[in-house]
Amino acid sequence: MLALTCPCCGITAEETEFHPGGEAHLKRVGPEGADDEFEAYLFARKNPKGAHIERWRHSYGCGKWFHVARDTATLRVFGAYTTQSYGPPEDIVNAIRQSYPDWTFDRNAAE
Amino acid sequence: MAEALATIRRVEGMGMITLRGALEQIGPVVSDVTGIALPECRKITGAGDRQLGWMSPDELLCVMPVADLPAILAALQDGLTDRHALVLDMSDARVIYDIIGAHAEDVLAKLSPADLGAVGSDDLRRSRAAQTAAAFWRIESGFRVIGFRSTADYLGALLHNAAMPGSQLAPR
Repeated sequence: MLALTCPCCGITAEETEFHPGGEAHLKRVGPEGADDEFEAYLFARKNPKGAHIERWRHSYGCGKWFHVARDTATLRVFGAYTTQSYGPPEDIVNAIRQSYPDWTFDRNAAE
Repeated sequence: MAEALATIRRVEGMGMITLRGALEQIGPVVSDVTGIALPECRKITGAGDRQLGWMSPDELLCVMPVADLPAILAALQDGLTDRHALVLDMSDARVIYDIIGAHAEDVLAKLSPADLGAVGSDDLRRSRAAQTAAAFWRIESGFRVIGFRSTADYLGALLHNAAMPGSQLAPR
C-alpha cells in the first residue's frame, strides 16, 4: 500500500484518497516547437524502476496538487513538496541519493 | 437480536456556507461575523450547531442552523466586499448524518480509509465513505458526517448497512 502525506494539509492517508497526475515537472513545448518535440511532450513519459517524481492530487481531502518523490519498485516515499517549484528540494534529492547515489533530477528527460 | 452499532440520523435544517480566499485575509472577518475562533489547519471550532471548519489552505466551512443563514451570509458578503473572496450558500448541495452510539467509530472505520485514531475531538477530517466524498468530525458520543446531497441516499444506505446489528469490528 502506498501512503502519502499531503504537504498542503499535512494529512497522511493511503493511496485511494489521492489521484495520480503522472510525471511531474514536464516542460511544455509550444507552437514554435518541432513536431517530434511536441509529440514527446504529449506522449513520451519516463517509466523508471526506482526514484520517480510524480504529481498527485489530494482529491478526497483538501483538493490540492502536490509533488511526490517515490520509489516505483518499493513504494518508498522520499518526500512530498509544493507544486510552486521547478524541481525537488535539496532534502528530497539527498533522500533519493541515499538509495540511488547516482540519481540526478532531469527535467527534460521526456524529450 | 443484537442492537445496531449506532443510530444513523439524517440531520435536517442545517445550513452551510463555503468561503474561499486567502485565509489570512478573510479569516478575521469570518471570525468577527460568526463569533467563532478561526480554526487551525485541519481543525473545527465552535460548538453545537454553529461551527467553523478548515477545509483546505484556502477554504473554510461555516455550519449554522438554516434560520440563521441569511443574516450570516449577508454579513459575510458585506464584510468581504473589499477582499478577493467567495462566499456561497452551499446548504442545498450537502447532507448531514449523525452517527451516534457506542460503536460509532466502527461504522465509520468500515467505510473510510482515514485513521480514526488520529482524528481528535477538534479535528475535521475530509476523506471518503466508500465511493463518495465525506468529511466528519467528532460530536458527543459519535460522529457528524457531511457529504454531497447528490449521493445522500447512497451515503445513508452505506451508513445503515455498516451499522448492521452484530457487525462490530472488535472480537466479541
